[in-house]
Amino acid sequence: MVNHPIPSEVARANRKPKATHAAIGGTLISPFTLVLGALITVAMYFMAQRFMYGLGAVTNINNGYPWGIWVVWDVVIATGFACGGYAMALITYILNKGEYHHLVRPALTASLFGYSLGGLSVLIDLGRYWNFWHILSPGYAQPGSVMFEVAACISCYILVLWIEFSPAFLEHLGLKNVKAKLNKMMFVFIGLGVLLPTMHQSSLGSLLVVFGYQIHPLWQTPLLPLLFLLTAVCMGFAIVILEATLAAIGFKRDIADELPLLSKIGKIIMGILIAYLAIRLGDLVLRGHLGKIFSSGIKSLMFLIEMAAFIYPVVVLSTPANRKRLSKLLGAAMSMLTGAVLYRIDAFLVAYDTGPGWHYFPSVPEMMVTIGVIAIEVLAYIVFVRKFPVLPGHSTSTAAE
Amino acid sequence: MTITRRHFLRKAVSGTAAAAACATLTPAPAEARENKTIPDQAVGLLYDATLCIGCKACMSGCKEVNNLPLEDTIGEKLWDTPLELSGYTYTVIKIYQHGTMEHKDKAENGFAHIKRSCLHCGDPSCVSACPVSAMTKDEKTGIVGYNKDACIGCRYCVAACPFGVPQFQYDTPTPQIAKCQLCRHIQAEGKIPACADRCPTGATIFGPHQALSAEIDRRKAMKPGEPNLYPRRTVNSGDTHEKAAAEYVDQVYGAKEVGGTQVRYLSGVPFDKLGLPVGLPERSYAADSETLQHTLYGGLILPGVALAGLVAAAWRGSKDHHDDDEDIFDPKGGHTHG
Repeated sequence: MVNHPIPSEVARANRKPKATHAAIGGTLISPFTLVLGALITVAMYFMAQRFMYGLGAVTNINNGYPWGIWVVWDVVIATGFACGGYAMALITYILNKGEYHHLVRPALTASLFGYSLGGLSVLIDLGRYWNFWHILSPGYAQPGSVMFEVAACISCYILVLWIEFSPAFLEHLGLKNVKAKLNKMMFVFIGLGVLLPTMHQSSLGSLLVVFGYQIHPLWQTPLLPLLFLLTAVCMGFAIVILEATLAAIGFKRDIADELPLLSKIGKIIMGILIAYLAIRLGDLVLRGHLGKIFSSGIKSLMFLIEMAAFIYPVVVLSTPANRKRLSKLLGAAMSMLTGAVLYRIDAFLVAYDTGPGWHYFPSVPEMMVTIGVIAIEVLAYIVFVRKFPVLPGHSTSTAAE
Repeated sequence: MTITRRHFLRKAVSGTAAAAACATLTPAPAEARENKTIPDQAVGLLYDATLCIGCKACMSGCKEVNNLPLEDTIGEKLWDTPLELSGYTYTVIKIYQHGTMEHKDKAENGFAHIKRSCLHCGDPSCVSACPVSAMTKDEKTGIVGYNKDACIGCRYCVAACPFGVPQFQYDTPTPQIAKCQLCRHIQAEGKIPACADRCPTGATIFGPHQALSAEIDRRKAMKPGEPNLYPRRTVNSGDTHEKAAAEYVDQVYGAKEVGGTQVRYLSGVPFDKLGLPVGLPERSYAADSETLQHTLYGGLILPGVALAGLVAAAWRGSKDHHDDDEDIFDPKGGHTHG
């Protein structure tokens, strides 16, 4: 049977040559995916231990440090990493820069997995996980709690992410009508998809306000929500640069077409980081804690490392020539991500001091569970981009293998 | 680029969205949430370290009445030997020692006891932090209670408490938060908290908050060294013993800390030496946190405005590059893989 091209489709395809999305295909079994599978198996073993014998059997958390990396990495940092979809939706649909359009879907896919798994991994950490639904139940929910706001917002956002992504599934399921209707309504979910991360990414910082004196003054400030939000948006943009690079290397794709956009994203990162640094340091000056930058021992050291990781990308990205080079962009993005990760670890763990005698450093089994969750995310992303049209479709011939 | 009406509208809408987004994040000076106050009918404890002899009858009574297992930290399995509050210990007597330890209740070459347990804050951080109302403050008695059937085990209360009181059980698949609830289950039977009931010297007494305030004033007015009467169990029990008054430090711990607590301490040794956090503000951390939350999310007004702006901007956006949007989320949108 010969498929004659439909004239309207030909016209549409000819109207402007633009990048669209394509599944890149290829095998799912590779040394890399096998390693991921092994890491996931190890994590499963320790998770079983945790559910049989309690959190203490696997983690090093204690009553002085009740939150360990299962909270700080798996939720606070992982959802920051998953802000790519948020950042790209903000710039593409809200600030209406259509040129970024084809970077949205890969970013959204990473967000989908980052948030879904972040949400699920909360269940591993909750001591009484069988009651988790209480947080969304009007009979129990306590709206004054920052934790409630975070949990409710993240839950809603996971739902919104799946709705934003669902047209890809609906097509497969043959629900064309539903898909068409959904696409007409999509702007509502895009709006929600920007509002919800704005709310909960800032609230992840607000979580620490009630800790009061237990958080060192270099981190404790009423501006925590703003500082967490700015770094989360930046993490979103930085992760888009990282993803584009990794996808180019991992799937042997040509990145030249995306580079001009990535360099613009680099400029945005620089702008936000300058604002962040000005607010953070200005706040320290106004609260009279600037001297603590040098007088707080290990906390000062961590603060300075954090600052260096934030300042390096500003310096690199301030030169237009650097912004055009992928290596420089990538270096800046990695530094930015390091700074944002350190900021979260510092604020939640290093700056947290609940009295003498308490120590926390994650145990190996505890880290293996976190690594396993990351492995699940990476594996899911690989499966998705190979099977579904996620990445921009100007692929080289190697990808079609 | 000429500014057409359409362009103008578009910019205006995205401007609104941006402004709204900023507005949700700027802590505007909205009405601050004040400290919650201790109820008139509140009950509490007074622990006078100068009366404590370190016999730990309070600890033993607490374990018995609250059905808590003994803890062995020295490997003998003979005694209950908790060193700190824990998932199985609601109250613990600790000791301060210095130099020759000759003088009771003196910082120099002295020693002193301190009883740790929940302070039952007037405006508790744990109650503000709890997302599922498992931690509650009784409107009448002011007792900070815990309901394990509501609790999700997130440990935000453990992390938030400025006194390090709520304790989580890390060694069981069905953990709970452990904290003193002023024996509210036996108060219902007309009894008083076990620690006050068992204390042989009246170092821990139970009573209405206001009566305890008067008792604190009475003791602070005593002349050090002169004999005075001290009640046992409750302020007005009538069961008293005579003892020379001690020299107290000025601070009454819990009188002002984070807005005042219903368990208060008197001591002859400064409280920082007894391992309690000093220099806490009079404004509660719960008030700080909830003021921030109410400013940002009160009545969902700011999020609502922001959402309207964002949806409008997204709608303009979808109109602007409509032909693209047709296949933004369309898996068949990729024409290059043919």
